[in-house]
Amino acid sequence: MSTPDKLKASGRPGFKLGRIRIIAIVLLILGAFIFFQAGGIDGDLVTTLTFEKTSAGQSPSVGNLDVPTSSYLRLIGLLFLITGILNLSELRAPRWRRTSLGLMVLCGVLFIPTVIIAAAAGNETNMTTIVAESLRLATPLAIGAMAGIWCERAGVVNIAIEGMMLFAACFGFTTLFYLRHTGLPLETAQLLAVIVAVFSGGLIALLHGWLSITFRTDQIVSGTVINILAVGVTSFVRREYLLSTEAGAAKLGNISIPVLSDLPVIGEAIFTNQPIFFMMFVMLAFTHIVMFYTRWGLRTRAVGEHPHAADTLGIHVNRTRWTNVWISGMVAGLAGAWFSLEATGSFNDGMTRGAGFIALAAMIFGKWTPIGAFGAALLFGFSDSLGIRLQMVGVGFPVQFLQMVPYAVTLVVLAGFIGRASPPKAVGQPYVKE
Amino acid sequence: MTAAAPVLEVRGISKRFPGVLANDNINLILRKGQVLGLLGENGAGKSTLMNMIYGLYKPDEGEILVNGSAVDIAGPKDAIELGIGMVHQHFQLVDVLTVTENVMLGNENVSGPFLRRDRARREILELSGEYGLDVDPDALIADLPVGLQQRVEIIKALYRHADILILDEPTAVLTPQETRGLFKIMQALLEKGVSIIFISHKLKEVLEICDDVLVLRRGRVAGHADPEQSTEASLASLMVGRDVILEVEKAAATPGDEILNIVNLHARDDRGLPAVEGVNLGLQRGEILGIAGVQGNGQTELVEALTGMRPVDDGRFYIKGQDMTGSPPRRVTEKGVGHVPEDRQRDGLVAGFTVMHNLVLCSYYRSEFSNIIVVDDRAIADNAHQLVEQYDVRPPIINNPAGGLSGGNQQKVIVAREFSRGVDLLIASQPTRGLDVGSIEFIHKQIIRMRDAGAGILLVSSELDEVLSLSDRVAVMFEGQIIDILPIEAADKDTVGLRMAGVRDDLQAEGAR
Repeated sequence: MSTPDKLKASGRPGFKLGRIRIIAIVLLILGAFIFFQAGGIDGDLVTTLTFEKTSAGQSPSVGNLDVPTSSYLRLIGLLFLITGILNLSELRAPRWRRTSLGLMVLCGVLFIPTVIIAAAAGNETNMTTIVAESLRLATPLAIGAMAGIWCERAGVVNIAIEGMMLFAACFGFTTLFYLRHTGLPLETAQLLAVIVAVFSGGLIALLHGWLSITFRTDQIVSGTVINILAVGVTSFVRREYLLSTEAGAAKLGNISIPVLSDLPVIGEAIFTNQPIFFMMFVMLAFTHIVMFYTRWGLRTRAVGEHPHAADTLGIHVNRTRWTNVWISGMVAGLAGAWFSLEATGSFNDGMTRGAGFIALAAMIFGKWTPIGAFGAALLFGFSDSLGIRLQMVGVGFPVQFLQMVPYAVTLVVLAGFIGRASPPKAVGQPYVKE
Repeated sequence: MTAAAPVLEVRGISKRFPGVLANDNINLILRKGQVLGLLGENGAGKSTLMNMIYGLYKPDEGEILVNGSAVDIAGPKDAIELGIGMVHQHFQLVDVLTVTENVMLGNENVSGPFLRRDRARREILELSGEYGLDVDPDALIADLPVGLQQRVEIIKALYRHADILILDEPTAVLTPQETRGLFKIMQALLEKGVSIIFISHKLKEVLEICDDVLVLRRGRVAGHADPEQSTEASLASLMVGRDVILEVEKAAATPGDEILNIVNLHARDDRGLPAVEGVNLGLQRGEILGIAGVQGNGQTELVEALTGMRPVDDGRFYIKGQDMTGSPPRRVTEKGVGHVPEDRQRDGLVAGFTVMHNLVLCSYYRSEFSNIIVVDDRAIADNAHQLVEQYDVRPPIINNPAGGLSGGNQQKVIVAREFSRGVDLLIASQPTRGLDVGSIEFIHKQIIRMRDAGAGILLVSSELDEVLSLSDRVAVMFEGQIIDILPIEAADKDTVGLRMAGVRDDLQAEGAR
């Protein structure tokens, strides 16, 4: 009999190791770690956070923030310790309870800046660039996650986002490659390339729908088939048609959003950017609004949760699924276009590097909601950009550890505050009318 | 009274499934503002018939007339347009959506592509007020008890302006109180001119609420009955095709040694709230202790705690004198405990396994059925052949997946498995829920037989009639506690009913005297 069982059975008012207490213990350990680490840092060291688009020294720093590293870390360490103790004792009085939970949220929010400040001790780090880079790197992940939501909310697993992205990246670039010398203006050619990318994603999605809805193939198998097919077909296309001395093409140009791009700090960093970057926000809003505020979204969610119930109300289950899978493919196609047309202006074998799977992870992390998935994608993007930044700053220990930190924090926060994620109930099950 | 115009008429309908003639030349007439009772054993073809009227199946022959004109119902959408609404036996509700969203689904109130939840919400509140349904339109379905979920289903039909309402075994999942509430709602509907087809196994209810009764047997119309001139016995024999003994015949109990002793047991429900709060009970060999109570008063959690499926918070229980608190289910089983679980689909069977494998779920590892490495399918098949015959599982094909059987036959598989193991203590939870009279009679007989063979039986049921007719002693559970234990002689319906509602005043008054 394990200890908690014994306690329970003996009838004492047992000490329960609930979620809150587990987080409290994590906070205590972290707090102690930060507090004592801070002691080892030279008291005179200062971390300078800048908020300028331009690199250091060029402009008089409007938004420079000097943080005394050691004192700051001691303070944060103390905050963590206090929060940990408060939550561990699980005070019953509602006012104290609220305070201790509020402090816990504050700790979560402060954690990421703390990581940056600690890592860049004695140096200067540009916050604006980190934010802008995070958003940029999150683009294919966020759009990919939206693709996943479209599909899975209707009850079809889409493990093929990776493959759809790769197809789209390849065919989009191929289009641009052949159009660029036809005399078409560059922008028209690029626009056509993006459209081809989107529709090639949709085309592959139709294959997924055909296999998994019409023939009721296992949806995971169908997705895997597409992923393998994508690797083969795209590398064949590249070798046969794209290899030449001038394999590169112009990337999509920047667009400035009027008014917003004139804002002081973030204007240039965020609101002057490439088109697919902006499409990320459009897709986010579109997906959220369609899923939760329209008839189509309500039907989609019903079909993904309880297709038979939808059927008894006269909703065509498989037709709804087909349409959603198709839209999902087109959204994935847009994410694929980011790789070849927006980020690099070229196509390489396997250039999506597993982003489709990370997008799926972001979707699950975000509990199949567009906003949650977007947040998760940002976190993944942040981790990437943090890695790049820290390598540039040059910290004393493996960058990978710091890159890991945001995930660890989010895991704890998710487990603590949000609880178990539950996918749409009918996901993965073909619908058969009796 | 029968002069009212027919709103729905079925003429000579037949439906064939591979190997089965599910409906054979069935005629049915439903008149305006009346309730037509549809009776039949499990698998008699009631649901098939209703699914054809609702457009889920297509009839092979025959025609359907709504308001006197022949109609072609190709799908639920057509049925809905004709004013036919159906409350399915298994509710067709999406758990994660709100009441409003479930009601409007498929018939959304929209402006442009956008949902107008506010308008649908208002309409639901109006319907809810008009028929006394009392449902919160913003509640999530998952948070509602079954009784309220059923009301949501009724609202769904009314929202679509149904004036022909099919209720497929609506009372199977309800407590007696909820059933009364449903009948009140049905009365209100009838007054507004809605006509209802009421499918049930419960003869008493059919006699009470129906204006006319149609009995199906093996896919055919076995006969009509006028409720005013029928009795439960006459309906039962019409349904089964032979005389059925509704009263349970049993000799007086001869209690032996104590087999189960529960001391101050505490357990929590799935949400972590206290559900069993200090239960003390003793059970002897050779007696049936019935636990009556409105569902949700901790019976489920008590049974799960006793069978090792739920952790015990506090207190202990002893089986054959040995402390079994906190034992895993395997150890409880090995101790000679049989368990007929409340939710047979979830806890009783592996739906995808064959009947023969389901019959050895708690004994497959024993030397009769396997050596260290492989199971002996031949021994398992022999065992299955024998049990299927003995317990009359239909169809008697041991290689069919258990999930494909009808509810009654699934229950027979569980009963066969649990009763045939030579158990000393049987914990049976809702053993006859959703079964027809023939199956109920059979299972009751088996329970009595086990008692007479010297087993102790803990019977948990929300059917008061069942508890009162089987038990030797009746314990009433209310809000997690046993509030009274009565010998069967003292347990009349009124007393137990009061205890189920938590009333003990009269007891105190008696004590004062």
